[in-house]
Amino acid sequence: MLEARHVSISFGGLKAVDDASLVVPPGTITSLIGPNGAGKSTLFGILSGFLKPDAGSVRFLGRDVTGLPPHRICRLGMTRTFQIVQPFAGQTVRENIAVGSHLHRPQRRAALAHAESVALRVGLAGHLDKPAQDLTIAARKRLELARALATEPRLLLLDEVLAGLNPQEVLEVSPVIRSIRDSGVTVLMIEHVMQAVMNLSEHTWVLNNGQLVAEGKPADVMRDSRVVEAYLGHGAAERLRAAGKQAHA
Amino acid sequence: MLELSILFPSILNGLTSGAVYALIALGLTLIYGVLHIINFAHGALLMIALYGVFFLNARLGVDPYAALPVMVLAMFALGYVLQRFVIGRAGHGKDENILLVTLGLTLILENFALYAWRSDTRTIETPYTFSTVAIAGAMISTPKVVAFFGALAATAILLAFITRSDLGRAIRAVAKERQGAKLVGIDVEHVFAMSFGIGLACLGAAACFLLPAYYVNPQVGNGFVLIAFTIVVLGGMGSFAGALLGGFIIGVVESVGGLWLGESLGQIGIFVIFIAILLFRPQGIFGART
Amino acid sequence: MKTLYTILVVCGAVALLPAFVSSGFVLNLVIMTLYATLLGQAWNILAGFGGQYSFGHAAFFGTGAYASAALQVHFGVNAWLCLPFAIAAGAAVGALVGALSFRYGLRGSYFALVTLAFAEVFRILANSVKFTGGGVGLLVPLKSSALDFQFQGKAGFLYVILALTLAGFLLSWWLERSRYGAWLTAVRDNEDSAAALGVDVFRVKLQAIVISAGLMGAGGAFYVQYFQYIDPHLAYGPAVSVEALLGPIVGGLGTVFGPLLGAAALQLLGELTRNLMGDVPGVSLMIYGAVLIAMVTFLPRGIGGLLRRLTPGAA
Repeated sequence: MLEARHVSISFGGLKAVDDASLVVPPGTITSLIGPNGAGKSTLFGILSGFLKPDAGSVRFLGRDVTGLPPHRICRLGMTRTFQIVQPFAGQTVRENIAVGSHLHRPQRRAALAHAESVALRVGLAGHLDKPAQDLTIAARKRLELARALATEPRLLLLDEVLAGLNPQEVLEVSPVIRSIRDSGVTVLMIEHVMQAVMNLSEHTWVLNNGQLVAEGKPADVMRDSRVVEAYLGHGAAERLRAAGKQAHA
Repeated sequence: MLELSILFPSILNGLTSGAVYALIALGLTLIYGVLHIINFAHGALLMIALYGVFFLNARLGVDPYAALPVMVLAMFALGYVLQRFVIGRAGHGKDENILLVTLGLTLILENFALYAWRSDTRTIETPYTFSTVAIAGAMISTPKVVAFFGALAATAILLAFITRSDLGRAIRAVAKERQGAKLVGIDVEHVFAMSFGIGLACLGAAACFLLPAYYVNPQVGNGFVLIAFTIVVLGGMGSFAGALLGGFIIGVVESVGGLWLGESLGQIGIFVIFIAILLFRPQGIFGART
Repeated sequence: MKTLYTILVVCGAVALLPAFVSSGFVLNLVIMTLYATLLGQAWNILAGFGGQYSFGHAAFFGTGAYASAALQVHFGVNAWLCLPFAIAAGAAVGALVGALSFRYGLRGSYFALVTLAFAEVFRILANSVKFTGGGVGLLVPLKSSALDFQFQGKAGFLYVILALTLAGFLLSWWLERSRYGAWLTAVRDNEDSAAALGVDVFRVKLQAIVISAGLMGAGGAFYVQYFQYIDPHLAYGPAVSVEALLGPIVGGLGTVFGPLLGAAALQLLGELTRNLMGDVPGVSLMIYGAVLIAMVTFLPRGIGGLLRRLTPGAA
C-alpha cells in the first residue's frame, strides 16, 4: 500500500529524517513510534506531500508520489490528520466534515449528508451544528479524524490522534479506529499512548533521531533494547536488566 | 550613458534622502520587530509630525532643528498612548485586524489634516533653505546635508540605546521571545507601548530633518508608507542594519531612477523592487531564512 | 432558500423605486449605495470568503475603468461592448497579481502590502502613459442614448448597477452553498487542513481573486459611464481600495448581505455628517476611519453579526 524508500530530509544542517524505509501493508493498522523529536511528524509530512524529501522516494498504491502536493496525494487516497488539531474554526462540525466529503461529492447537499453519517461513526452526532471552536480537545480530535475519514481514503495517516486524551477517552476512540480498519481502510498511526499501540496495531516501526531503529510486532519491539534506549537513554536497557536481576535476587 | 557630473550629485542627493528614509524605516523596523505588527499608519503619522514641525515654525518661529527635542518627545508620547490604548486593545492579536486598525488610523489622521489644515501644500523657509554645500564639485542643498548627518546621528543614538540600556534589553527580549519575557517579569504591554513610542519618536526626528528640504500636505504620508515598507522588507524585517542600508539603496534608486525615467515614473523602481523582494527574497538582505 | 428570496425581494424593491421616486438626489444616493455595495461584494469574495485581505483592489477597478474609457476614446467602441472587456481586463490583472502572490506564498499583511504596491505601480504607469491620457485622464465622449450606456435620467444607471449588484449577490449566495465556496472558506480558515483534505489551495485562491477582480472591473466600467471621466488617482488611488473594504467590514465579512448593509450604513452616516457639518472635506472619511477601528475592536462580525446575535433562530 505504502512504501517509503531511503527517505531523508534536512533542515538547516540537521538531518530530521535519515535514510528511512518503511512498508505499510494494506488492511492493517501500523504504528510509528519513537521519542519526541524523532522525526515522526516530519516523516508524515514527507509521506503526505507537505514536505519534499532531499533523497528517497515514496510509493503509494504502486505509484511514485514523491514530491506531489498534498491535495494530489489526498485525491489519490492518502489523507493525513495533524498532531495539533486545526479545525475550520468559524464553521460548524458538519461544515468541517463536509469539506472532506466534498472530495468525492460535488453536490453540497450530498456532502452535508455524508458528513452527518461520518460524524455518527466517530461519535460526534450530538455536536453536528456546534461551531468547531466550541469543542473540547477530545471532540476536536474526533473532528480531525472525521474530516479525514470523510475523504474516503484508502490509507489514513493519524498523527497522535490519541494525544491529550484521558484513559477513558482513549478507550472510547480505539474501537472507532479498529472499525475504520475493518471497513477496509489501512491506518498508519503515530502514537505515544503505548497501550493503544499494543492493542490496536499489528505492526510497529520505531523512529529515533530520524532513523528507523526497529520494526516488528508491538510486543517484540517494546522489548527490543534499542527501543528502550531510544526512549530512556543510552545504557538504559542494561540498567533495567540489572535492576530486574537485583529485584529477583 | 549618464555623465558623472549629473550622476554624482544625483547619487549624493539619493544618499541624503536615503538617510532620512532610513530613520523612518528604523522606527517601522522597531515596531515590527517587537510587536510584529505592520504599522500601516506610519506614513500618516509622519505627516502629522511634519505638520507639527511646520506649525512650530510658522506660529512660534521655532527652527526645525531646534524643535527636535519637542518633536521627539511629543511623538513618543503619541506613540505610547496609541499603542497602549488603541492599537493594543483593538488588535485582538490578529494580523489582519491590526492592519485594518492602522488603516483606520490612517484615514482618521489624513482626513483630520485635510479638515483642519486644508489640502494646501506647505513649506517652511529658514535662513539656510536656499544655501548649498559643495561636496567634491557637486552642489547639495544645505538642509539635505544636515538631514544626512542628523539622520545618521539619530540612528546611532537609537542603536546605542537598544544595545546598551535596560529598556533596550527588555525590548530585545520581548522581540525575541514574548512569553519568556513575560515569565521573567517584563511588563510586555509597557514594552510594546515604549517600542511604539520610540518608533514614532524616530518619525518626529525625521520630520525635523525632512521639512526644511521638503513639504507637507495631508496626502504626503501615502508616498512614504510604501517606501518605508520597501526599505524594511529590503533590509530584512527586524534588521536595523538592513533598514539603514536599505534606506540608502532606496534613496539612490529613487534619485537615479528619477533622473533616468523622470520624476513620476522614477518612483516605479521602488515599488517594483518591493514586489520583487516580497516574491523572491522575502527575508531581504539581512533577514534569516525562516 | 431564504437568502435567495431576500435577494430577489430587495432587488425587486429597488427596481420599483424609479416608479415612485423621481428625485435625482434620492436616486443618486441609491445608485452610489449600490455602487459601493458592488465594490464591497467584490472585495468580500476574496477577503470575507477567501480570507485574503487586499489593500490594492483599485488595481482591478482602475484597469476595468481605463479599459472601457480607452476603448471608447481611442477606438470608438460601443460602451456596452466595453463592459465585458472591462471585466476581462480586471480579471486579467487579478490573475497576474494572484498568480505571483499566491505562487510565492504571500499571506496576511504581506499580501495586503503587495496588492497596495501593485495599485501604486498601475497608478504611476497610468500617469505616465499617453494611452491612458497621462495625468489628465480620459474624458468619455458625451452621448445621450441608452444604446451608448448613457442615460438622460438616473433610472437607467440605477438598473445597470442593480443588475451588477444582483450578479454580486447571486455569486455570494452561490459561494455559501457550493463546493467551491466550501473549499474557499476552508482555505480561509486553515490552508494546511484544506490541502490535507484534497483542496487545491493555489487554484482556489487564484479563482477567487479572478472573480473578485472581474467584479471590480465591472465597477470601474460603471464608474466611467456614470461620471464620464477617469484619471490615475480616481482609478488607482487608495480611495477605491478603502471604499471596497469598508462596506464588508462594517456590514459583516463573508456574508451575502454584509456589503449592502455596510454600504448603506456608511452612506447614511455620510449623509448625516453632511447635514450636521456641511460639506466639509475630510470629515466623513475621518468618521469612517473611526468606524473601521470601532468595528474591528468591538464588532468583528459587523452589523450583520450583531443582527444575527439579536435574532436567535434566524439564519
